This record gives sequence, structure tokens and C-alpha cells, in this order.
Amino acid sequence: MAGRNVRRAGAAALAALSLAALSACSSGSGSDEGSGDELISVGFSQLGAESGWRTANTESVQASLTEEAGFDLTFVDAQQKQENQIKALRDFIAQDVDVIAFSPVIETGWDEVIEEIKDAEIPLVLVDRTVDTTVEDPYVTWIGADFKQEGITAGEWVKENAPDAKIFELQGTMGSGAQVDREEGFDSVVGEENIVGKASGNFTRAEGKAAVEAALQAYPETNLIFAHNDDMGLGAIEAIEAAGKVPGVDIKIVTIDGVHDGLQALLDGKFNYVVECNPVFGDQIADAIKKVYAGEELPKETIVVDQAFESITQEELDARLY
Amino acid sequence: MNAPNNVVANLRRLTRHHLFWPVAALVALVLACGAYSPGFLDVTVADSHLFGQPVDILRQSVTPLLLGLGMCLVIATGGIDLSVGAVMAISLAVSLTFIDANGPGTATALTALVIGLITALVIGTFNGFLVTVLGIQPFIATMILMVAGRGVAMLVTKGQITTTASPAFKSIGSGFVLGVPTPVVIGAVVLAIVAVLVRRTALGMLVESIGINREASRLAGVRATGLIWTVYAICGLLAGLAGIVYGAPTMAADANNIGLMKELDAIMVVVLGGTKLDGGKFSLAGVVVGSLLLTTIERAVIIFHIPSQVTPLFKALVLIVVCLAASERLRRAVTGLLPVRRLQEAS
Repeated sequence: MAGRNVRRAGAAALAALSLAALSACSSGSGSDEGSGDELISVGFSQLGAESGWRTANTESVQASLTEEAGFDLTFVDAQQKQENQIKALRDFIAQDVDVIAFSPVIETGWDEVIEEIKDAEIPLVLVDRTVDTTVEDPYVTWIGADFKQEGITAGEWVKENAPDAKIFELQGTMGSGAQVDREEGFDSVVGEENIVGKASGNFTRAEGKAAVEAALQAYPETNLIFAHNDDMGLGAIEAIEAAGKVPGVDIKIVTIDGVHDGLQALLDGKFNYVVECNPVFGDQIADAIKKVYAGEELPKETIVVDQAFESITQEELDARLY
Repeated sequence: MNAPNNVVANLRRLTRHHLFWPVAALVALVLACGAYSPGFLDVTVADSHLFGQPVDILRQSVTPLLLGLGMCLVIATGGIDLSVGAVMAISLAVSLTFIDANGPGTATALTALVIGLITALVIGTFNGFLVTVLGIQPFIATMILMVAGRGVAMLVTKGQITTTASPAFKSIGSGFVLGVPTPVVIGAVVLAIVAVLVRRTALGMLVESIGINREASRLAGVRATGLIWTVYAICGLLAGLAGIVYGAPTMAADANNIGLMKELDAIMVVVLGGTKLDGGKFSLAGVVVGSLLLTTIERAVIIFHIPSQVTPLFKALVLIVVCLAASERLRRAVTGLLPVRRLQEAS
């Protein structure tokens, strides 16, 4: 049993890590010459389904890692519990899959299981979120969105199209990665002096609406709202309309996410600019896993390509997966 | 000569009233907002309905009010209901899932409302069953659903955020009745019903008697089991209504976030209003004042241009000041110092 394991793991590890010392094992396995007929077995542990974004991400992964595309996918949903995820990862090790991919539910507490994955010489691909670990060289590559870049993209549009805007910034849940990075990126481009006020709407419609109701009173000069996600922007629309103003005209709205309702608002002219935080990057994950399996060099980080929309048509909106 | 003394005595009696300090804080906060931001107190008629910051505050305080009314009765019996936040999520999930399956008609919206409320009532009854029949500590009994309830809501929505469109259902949270926001009307009606129920009948007194001394009230012939059970059912029902009123404007059943931490808001407005956590006497007016105060604090944070990072600190400061001012022991300590000063003035 040990021999077989060493050979298979060796093939995968060779492919992934290009360890010259193990080259002797590869000649017999034959699995490192592209995908061929043999499927790449992938263990994917998703953290759960906490938002519409995550659901779209899951669907995209499942749609991309199919048998036709050359994958044998074992997908396990962790229901937002770390113990579930660790258990799934150990199962993947026991099944001796070729590549393990996962979105960690939290950053810490992975040292032991990542060490076990390393010992089993299975390459690890991180998706969307990262880990904080003492293990050296814990993963081959990370694929995810760059929140700061999304903020910068939104800021650049504002700088170009509304350079003198009096901006009210609607922050996400304080301390979350998306809030901190999007704010940092946006503020660095538009400059603090153009931002008249900030308040948190906790990424939700109801609280975004409440915050904007108060902001219209507290900062009457506001003529542009930057919301850290679509939902808060949708809440802002309701508050602005209730105040007898026209969203998108009297007060411009710039948001990040690009969920269906947000793009619908863009279509209706109530949003002015939407930076997408694209969850549909299953194809990029599939691509990376193939490269990892084939032993190609990969950058440590792969940033998912985000689009940004100034306008959208009904057809484009209907064609979107989420 | 007696007149000034009377005024002083009346003032002192007034400051001892359990609602004096919460009301004082509320008035001070509203006036401060008005002074800091001119136009804050304005209420105008736009599109033939009331519009203005005070109207927004009234509308938003309905959620903590509905939760607080149920929580107040539960606390009066010496219990607590930690599940209200999760119940909000469940009832909204059930209603919106029903609308999602049956279309946006007005009749569907009404049915969805009724189904959501019945679900909440059933959950409240379940809590009451755990507490009364099985004799589980209320804290633990209701914590079961606080933890598991969101899972139930997730089951209903199949882990998705169900987004639908139903103008009739949405108007429960964002519409107007004769120019007054619908939630405010709902809040007022529920308040009136609960007030009549507990203050015009013996129900309130019986509930208080259970909270003060359950054994004594049993010996006096109060059927505690049935009453406590009823109170938990009412609390669940009101939590379901709160969830629908709060979530209807969004039309999105977000099982993870609707009502998150709202059980703590509910407990806070009850305590702010002068109801003690160990049961017994309760104050419905206190719940009204408490929910208005809580909502006003949340709004004042933005009006005063307070950075988001320190908003929790600002909230905590206001609440601590109110609690300290209302503390009888602290007041006695302070008034204990007064005679000394008077003696000094006299000599």
C-alpha cells in the first residue's frame, strides 16, 4: 500500500512542485502528460453558503470541474464550520486526491491539517480567502478577488467623471476584509478631502437605507454615494427616493459587487457605476488546477478578473449566471 | 414659602420616576441633533405622506418596539427569550419563500404574512413548551433556537438569499397608511392591544406575580404554566411580526443577517425602560421610550459625524450614562453628600 501511495503522490507532487528528486517515479505513472483519459481527482471544500455571492461561486466551481473537462470532483460543503472543513480535508488526504482546493472559513487554525496535506504531498490551491499559518510554503497558488483593486477602480471612475463630487461613503461591516480594503483603495484615489462623511451600513439593505436617511440630513451637500456593496446601494436608492430626490441624477451612486439586483438598478439608471466582484471564476480555478497537476510554475497569487459596468443592457443582464 | 419646597419635592419625585432618565436622555439627544443639524426636527408632507428625520426614527423604532413588548412580558415572568432574532429570520424566510413560489399578488402577500406569523407563533409555543412543561431554564431553552433557528431559516431558503418582488408585501415595511408609515401604525396597534390586554385585565398583574414569587402566586391560585406558555407564544409571534416589518422593504430573505443580534437590542430596550431582568413589575411605556432612545442613538451617530470605528463606544457611553443616572444606589450616594453641603451653606 505504501508503495502505491508513494508513486501516485509522487506523480502529483512532481507535477506540482517540480521536485527533480522524485523523477524516477514519474515514468511509470503516465498521468503527468496532460489530462489524457485519466481524470484529475480534485477535493474541493467550500466554506458554506453565507451569501448569494458564495452560491454563485459554488455553482461556478461545480460547472467548471466536470468530468467532460477532465476532473473527478469531490465537493464538500462545510456549512461555515471549521471542524467540518478540517474533516473534509483529512478525507481528501485519505482518498489520496491529486489536488486539494478550498476556501477557508477563517484564517487561523490550519497548521496541523496543512502540514498533513504537505506530508501527503498533495498540492493545495486556496480559493477566495487566505490562511494565516506557520507552515512553510503552505499552498501552491491562491485565486481570489482583490478588494483593494475594486475600490481603486471605483475611485478612478469617480475621479474621472465627478472630480468635484461631495462623497458619502457607505461602509460595510467594520473590520471585514471587504470594508477595509475597498475603503483604502477608494480613498487613496479620490482623496480624503472629497469625502464629506462615512457611516457603516453593515452590508445590508435595511441598515444602508437607515444610514443614508441620516446622511442626507447630516451631509446635505452629498451628491455621490459610494457603497461597499450593492445591497447598501439599493437601500440608499430607497432613502434618496423617499427624500424626493432622484438616485443616479441628483445623487450618483457607485457600488461594488455586481449582483443581479444591483445591475438591474444600473439598467434602471439608479446606479451610475458598478464594479463587479466576480464569483464566477470556476474556469480560472479549473485552469490553475490543471497547471498545478501538470507541474507548471504558477504565480503565488491569481487575481480574478473583475469587470466594471457603466451601463448594461437587458440581454446582458439576463445572460448573467447570478 | 411652601411653594418652592413643593416644586423641589415634585421635581425630586419626578426624577425618581423610572422613565425620567430615559426620557431626559431621549429629549436631550433629539434636541442636540436639532441644534447640531438644523432641519433635523422638521416634519414635512411630501407625496402626501409624512417625511422627516423624526418620522424615520419612529418607523425604525418599531422593530425594537415589537421585540421589546414580547421580551418585556417574558422578562416579567422571570424568564428571557434569546431566540427572537432567529425567529425574525425564520418568519421572513417562510413568508418570502411562499411569495417566491406563488407570485406577487395581494392575496398571496396576505397569506404569506399569515403563514409567517403562524410559524413564529408555533416557535414561540415551542419555547413555552420547553420552559413550562419540560422545566428547562429559559436562557438555555431559548438559546436552542437562537443557535439552531438560523439553520432552520437556511433550510427554508435552501441556503440562498431568496429575493422576490411583491409590492403588497413590501408595503408592510415601507408603505404608508393615511400618510403615516405602515410600520408605525402596526407598532401603535400592537402596543394598544398589548396594553389593553395586560393593563385592562388581570393578565399583567398575574404575570408580575409569577415573576415576583412563582410559588406564592401558585399558592394564591395563579395558573403559572399556562400563563408563561402564553407569554412565550406572544413573544414569538411579535418577533415574527418584527422580522416581517424589518425585512419586508428589502424583499430579500437573508437568513444569515436578518435579526442578527436583535435579541440583545430587545433586552436592552426593556431594561432601559426600567424593567428589571429578575422579573416582576414591568413597564410597557418604558419599552416605547427604550426603543425610541436606541433608534435615536443609532441615528445621532451619523448626525454628529462620529466615525464608524467609534460608534459602538458612543452608544455604550450614552447607555451607561442613562443606567448610572437611573441607579438608585448611586443617587442615594450622591444625595447622601447633599446634606453636608446644606449644613455648610447654613453655617
